[in-house]
Amino acid sequence: MQFGLTESQEFLKNSAREFFAGECPSAEMRRLMETDTAYDAALWSKLVEQGYTGIIFPEEYGGVGLGKVELMLLMEEAGRALLPGPFFSTVVLAGSVLDAVGTPEHKRKYLEPICKGGVRSTVAILEAGASWNPGDVQLNASNGTLTGEKLFVTDAAVADFLVVVARNAVFVVDTKSRGLKITPMSSMDLTRKLYALEFRNTPAEELGSSLNLPRAFDIATAALAAELVGGMQRTLDITVEYAKTRKQFGKSIGIFQAVQHQCADMYLETESSRSAAYYAGWALQENSPDATVAVSIAKMYCSDAARTVGNRGIQIHGGMGFTWENDLHLYYRRAKASETAFGDARFHRERIASMVIDSCGVSAKVA
Amino acid sequence: MDLNLTAEELAFRDELRAWLAVNVPKDWNEWREKPIEESFPYLRAWQRKLHQSRWAAVSWPEEYGGRSATLMQQAIFWEEMARVDAPPMANSLGLGLIGPTIIACGTEAQKKRYIPKILSAEEIWCQGFSEPNAGSDLAGLQMEARLDGENYLVNGQKVWTSYGWVGDWCELVVRTDASAAKHKGLTVLLVDMKSPGVEVRPLRQMTGESEFSELFFRDVRVPAENILGKVNDGWNVAMSTLMYERGSYGARLHLIFKRFITRLIELSWTFQRNGQPAAEDPVIRQKLAQCSAEIEIMRFNQMRAFSRITATGVPGPEGSIQKIFWSELNQRLQQLAQEILGSYGQLLAGDPHAIDKGIWSYAYLRTRGNTIEAGTSEVQRNIIGHFVLGLPRSY
Repeated sequence: MQFGLTESQEFLKNSAREFFAGECPSAEMRRLMETDTAYDAALWSKLVEQGYTGIIFPEEYGGVGLGKVELMLLMEEAGRALLPGPFFSTVVLAGSVLDAVGTPEHKRKYLEPICKGGVRSTVAILEAGASWNPGDVQLNASNGTLTGEKLFVTDAAVADFLVVVARNAVFVVDTKSRGLKITPMSSMDLTRKLYALEFRNTPAEELGSSLNLPRAFDIATAALAAELVGGMQRTLDITVEYAKTRKQFGKSIGIFQAVQHQCADMYLETESSRSAAYYAGWALQENSPDATVAVSIAKMYCSDAARTVGNRGIQIHGGMGFTWENDLHLYYRRAKASETAFGDARFHRERIASMVIDSCGVSAKVA
Repeated sequence: MDLNLTAEELAFRDELRAWLAVNVPKDWNEWREKPIEESFPYLRAWQRKLHQSRWAAVSWPEEYGGRSATLMQQAIFWEEMARVDAPPMANSLGLGLIGPTIIACGTEAQKKRYIPKILSAEEIWCQGFSEPNAGSDLAGLQMEARLDGENYLVNGQKVWTSYGWVGDWCELVVRTDASAAKHKGLTVLLVDMKSPGVEVRPLRQMTGESEFSELFFRDVRVPAENILGKVNDGWNVAMSTLMYERGSYGARLHLIFKRFITRLIELSWTFQRNGQPAAEDPVIRQKLAQCSAEIEIMRFNQMRAFSRITATGVPGPEGSIQKIFWSELNQRLQQLAQEILGSYGQLLAGDPHAIDKGIWSYAYLRTRGNTIEAGTSEVQRNIIGHFVLGLPRSY
């Protein structure tokens, strides 16, 4: 048993870290977040060159064919850099849904261009009820068209096509179609923009049944947890550095246990989050029977930990932590968006409960 | 990353499983509730049985009666022992902490003299480390040892000594040079607990029992040849003992905690809350799920730590994470048990209405000790802050 990274995994992680540090440093991230879409074509083509857009997809569709653990590592590093733009939406989310739901023809038509980097996409899931429970989706197709509303859709303004979750089926909608209105939703995370979609008799191509969606959503959920780990690590690093250099009462503030013990807790929370996210990646890769519960454990723990780590980091920075110029609040904003995306901790605790408590209840009732 | 067991690890596990299936005592449940003084001969016999098949100290080198087991195999050992709910071994400190220290720091004569009887549980060992004025600040200990001819003359007091009441021998940390800096003047002595001048008093703890003792030393003569390691190098010897404390033993915790929460989930179906089973109360469900998840995360953290230590060869200060994690989780778990059991949670062993013979009231009180024993949570956070994160020493 070896719960550490292999040499090639270590290499992927380190080169991703160097890549993001070089191509998307804080100043570039801040420049992009001030734009309407946080998307940059030049940065995107560099992601494509690295093979990141095809990372987990089969080689026959232009992918790289790496595993879910590798995806976790890449997302962790993307999270550390607070990578702006539609990478998660296009590759992790739309790519995984297409891979899980589409026929080979669909994959040729939609997944392959994602891998090769020519298109951007996203997945529309939530509606006015903002429920992550798939059974609550109301939008329905009739005669090959969609009419209704989707909310909280990430990066829709730069998408070439949308993957839309409707009742019992998944559709693809070309963003140039008639009867589609895309409106920005102004929200906390400036690096990953949200949109409202309005469909009015919009033509839609059926991709397949929503039966296989949970698998794709599990991958996306675990990837978000890994991304949160990267954000936590960055928040911890910035904060420890500050605690060493900031002086009050003639001493580094890190010498005070009220400060130092908070840093220790940030470390504990970050490392535990990392263990949970890596395990989820492994369980997904191995199709382990506990994969779904492992994903919920990771998302639950990382969602709460990212917020707590952010709270502590800002507090330790004192007034500096409350300024716009400090990067901490940008991670804090992303953490809030990712906390609610694909279900917050409360949602996943209930999902865990339904798996571990109710099964016991059934046997108790039978007995 | 490969979380499957290797062929070697599987072989080790299967051999142990097969042995345990035949040899693990079937009547431990009847014995475990008796006072430890009564069950101690039973635990000695169990250790002897393990030792006869070379299972008592798997981490030790083969030449000393162990199996030179890798860290991962040691973890498997403790997991398997917990899986079959095996009794503890009588000489757990001798096997886990003191024996390895003697093997690492002792002379050939000392190894020959002490090691076989540690393995066979003929001689039970205890540890004389903490003192009334030296807890977290262990290096501040005061027990005095003055050379008097061939012997050291030892005077002072120790506290929180596990197995003190039954100990035949003690790994004792004493101050041999009062003028040196506090870490520099310490020496470790191997002390016969039957020496004249040693007095052992039980220390009654908040659970009502006495797991620990206080030791009083009045002009106790200890032969100078009983020094373990070098004179005034006791701090390093003691630290190597404590290093073993954060070894593979924790691998069994996730199984023990899982047994508790599985039972608690069962109980939550029979205990009512607002006219429905507690298991259907949304708040209780959230808390049960949180604890279940954290037990898994504790296991993941341990697996990562074992892999890291296997790769680097040295247990790092990251062990402090495990200590904080399990001790604080255990407290949350027992608090949750109290919330589910309500008024029944307070009933003690022996009360006819007590749930599960009172283990829940006992565990609730006992877990307060978890964040104190083996290094307080505050000390663990200091270790992480200074040794892992590189923040300045706060003390």
